[in-house]
Amino acid sequence: MKEGWEAIIGMEIHAQLATETKIFCACAANFGDEPNANTCPVCLGLPGALPVLNEKVVELGAKAALSLGLNVNETSIFARKNYFYPDLPKGYQISQYDKPFSSNGELTIMTAERDEQGRAGDWKPLTIRIERMHLEEDAGKNIHEGLPEVERFSYIDLNRAGTPLGEIVTAPDFRSSWQAYDYVNHVRRVLQWVGASDADMEKGNLRCEANVSVRRIGEEKFRNKVELKNLNSVRFMQKAIEFEIERQIAAHEAGEPVNQETRLWDEKNNQTRIMRSKEDAHDYRYFPEPDLQPLTVSKQFIEQVKADMPELPDAMHDRFVEEYELSYNDASQLVSDKDLAAFYEATAQASNNPRVSANFILSELLRELNNADKTAKDSPVSAENLAELIKTLDAGKINNNQAKEVLTEMFGNGKSADEVIREKGFEQISDRSTIEKIIDEIVEKNQNQVVAYRGGNEKLFGFFVGQTMKASGGKANPKVVNEILKEKLS
Amino acid sequence: MSEIKSNIKKSLDNAEKLNETLNSFLKIEREYALNRAEELEKSSDESPLKGFAIAVKDNICTKFSQTSCGSRILGNYRPQYNATAVDKLLKAGAVIVGKTNMDEFAMGSSNENSAFGTAKNPWDTTRVPGGSSGGSAVAVASGVVRAALGSETGGSVRQPASFCGIVGLKPTYGRISRFGLVAFASSLDQIGIFGQTSKDAAEVLQTVAGRDANDSTTAAVEVPNYADEIGKDIKGKRIGVPRALFGEGLDNEVRNAVEQSIENYRSLGAEIIDIDLPNSKYSIAVYYIIATAEASSNLARFDGVRYGFRAENAHRLREMYMKTREEGFGAEVKRRIMLGTYVLSSGYYDAYYAKAQKVRTLLKQDFLNAFDRCDAVLTPTAPSVAFKIGEKTDDPLAMYLSDIYTVSANLAGIPGISVPCGLSSEGLPIGLQLVGKHWSEAVLLNLANAYESQFPLGAKARFSVAG
Ligand SMILES: [Zn+2]
Repeated sequence: MKEGWEAIIGMEIHAQLATETKIFCACAANFGDEPNANTCPVCLGLPGALPVLNEKVVELGAKAALSLGLNVNETSIFARKNYFYPDLPKGYQISQYDKPFSSNGELTIMTAERDEQGRAGDWKPLTIRIERMHLEEDAGKNIHEGLPEVERFSYIDLNRAGTPLGEIVTAPDFRSSWQAYDYVNHVRRVLQWVGASDADMEKGNLRCEANVSVRRIGEEKFRNKVELKNLNSVRFMQKAIEFEIERQIAAHEAGEPVNQETRLWDEKNNQTRIMRSKEDAHDYRYFPEPDLQPLTVSKQFIEQVKADMPELPDAMHDRFVEEYELSYNDASQLVSDKDLAAFYEATAQASNNPRVSANFILSELLRELNNADKTAKDSPVSAENLAELIKTLDAGKINNNQAKEVLTEMFGNGKSADEVIREKGFEQISDRSTIEKIIDEIVEKNQNQVVAYRGGNEKLFGFFVGQTMKASGGKANPKVVNEILKEKLS
Repeated sequence: MSEIKSNIKKSLDNAEKLNETLNSFLKIEREYALNRAEELEKSSDESPLKGFAIAVKDNICTKFSQTSCGSRILGNYRPQYNATAVDKLLKAGAVIVGKTNMDEFAMGSSNENSAFGTAKNPWDTTRVPGGSSGGSAVAVASGVVRAALGSETGGSVRQPASFCGIVGLKPTYGRISRFGLVAFASSLDQIGIFGQTSKDAAEVLQTVAGRDANDSTTAAVEVPNYADEIGKDIKGKRIGVPRALFGEGLDNEVRNAVEQSIENYRSLGAEIIDIDLPNSKYSIAVYYIIATAEASSNLARFDGVRYGFRAENAHRLREMYMKTREEGFGAEVKRRIMLGTYVLSSGYYDAYYAKAQKVRTLLKQDFLNAFDRCDAVLTPTAPSVAFKIGEKTDDPLAMYLSDIYTVSANLAGIPGISVPCGLSSEGLPIGLQLVGKHWSEAVLLNLANAYESQFPLGAKARFSVAG
């Protein structure tokens, strides 16, 4: 960012809560079905139909809020947000307004700036204020292409209308695009982790909007802000914010106006462009939804949701560092995915070697998984089998390179470590008398080198190791070889 | 011909014959009703309303008939589902003979706001039947059916019942499911019942009352057996009279009839108590803020996109919305949408909507205080008898004042009933209104039944079924 300027960024995230049915009716919350297949009088907005709150939404909403460290208000009130649009069947969206599901929270994330190559600098904690999280229904979708006479007609698919959303709104507490990026990733991972949302931006079940303005460092007042939409991935979001910061600074410096408006990210041209100006802003005429009772959530219910909550990634990360003595980065990588973290923990415990387990999983297993386009959840090698392999390695029965080879084999055919080692004949020779016999022969045949070694040419030690390994077909345990060689050559 | 079928046929014949004069039905379902009568005849079930002919206001969804809401914007719209109340009636064996005329979207007090012509008062066809459920009131008053469903937002059952000389009951908010009742003002709307007698109304209420999983605002309050309650002695029942409301704007003949009814109740052993409802003077103002606000939102779905009327020759989305709603809605509906949009607008919300909600709470508290001292509150149902068609169409405020005695019950969510209590010098019916505490329908029906059995009106509408 240009010297002397700072960016002011606030984020809004819409996360689709992972219920089977919609928020106010019993229709399936499935996308991709035949258009309008998952509809009924309620979500079609037919005259006389009434909403009834899906209890599961409250549970997943509570999970989402609590997993982000937010409270759940004992009473929240649904409100109507009124506006006309063809994909909004009732002419209003049932949302929450002045009494949201959760309010006045705080969230601490870890964040780091990135260099030109995208490498992270120091990770530091950042606490941001979460103004609110409210529950609401999604709208449907207007379709303008791929159907007959699209130049004359638009089509409407209401399968998505009425799917439950949690909208999380932050205060303008971010000062860089990477902070916003790390925030969205944090929220995304936590929501997935606790099962509150699939939180997949590409599938549209996590959507974000950024409010961006800039000001000179030291200024108290905010300047005009721009709302950024159409951010279809976290990366696009970060780029859009970055672009917008630069655009606004340049405009301010050139004395050109920065208008309060909504802009879209244009991924083809790598720039933001205007969608609508503030003059088109709606007056949503919010008022309490008379068709629904106030939503009350008991303390008992909250306690239950808390009790059922899995260990959260941040806590798990810190525990991995503490308990298993992993590096910050290794632990971070392991908790980037809930299944991977669980896989790691099972391996670490079964092998009784947490650090080697971490190394092996992060370098070898992840590579195999990536190559096979798989995740930890569907790894062909179970944590138990991997632990066996690590134990064998630990016991010195095979060496590191062999272990890698064995893993590749296990990955391919799903066999156990023992089986593969046996098939490959990798079992190491650690028996002292067998190795002694080989070494005696080598010493016998290479008297010149023995003399030279004893005369001070210590480099020749490697020569004897090599000869021994060769003679043993690579199976001799190097540790034992070393020991015996030292004895015999002294 | 079997008994059920012949009764239904008679009802249909009467409906068709009288409709030429009275215009109470927007749709008479002859074929459907006769088929249903035949089916019921074959069935051995002894359901409580078996073969009972009933009419349903045209804002209550029926998948076997239209649901127009008296509006051009819906026209002959055919719902995909039955309202819960309709399903319950059908399950109990009732036969719905047709859909009745109404003020467009239940907005009106005279039926003159129907897009399909005004229903006429059967006592004097130059007069309005009241509204908005005028068609249902006329269908009952003219003897076509013994009972009918209407809907209330501010008196739309009680006021036409009063104008037509029949019983009109508005139950407690949450007593009858609103699922399938096309919304006007959701926090005030409630399905109501017209009966030739309070017993007829009680029978229908018994069938349609109760909690509905499809309506979160219905309550899990036990439904008593109304038949057991209705005939009880009313001796010792305390009736509160807010005399302060009997002043300005109340027609003299109505005042006299209601004063007489108070004496009649006293003669039946009821205790008469003076009560005060100090915030009642704000009720009309509060009502027209809350009702229009909710209506402006509820009626947004009529946009021409998915069902009903869509204006032709609109080339852009905005134009389509505007033309559709311009041509599809009548003047009163548009007036209320604009009022409601205004009171919810940013900058005005606190001054209007939020304040109205506060006064609404005070109003409700007035009633709760009164019910500490009495079992029911008695007032006129309407300040006058049925007025002439056209008399108030140019003066919306005068029209709004005809609901002055009824809107409070909707704002407070409490039940109310209108019972015929006399005739004017011109031979037009006058109604008294009783309102009670939440869930006290049985008390109101009991009081109503006592009155009508001891002090029957003794006259019938001019246009009504013979015998
Ligand atoms: Zn649905």
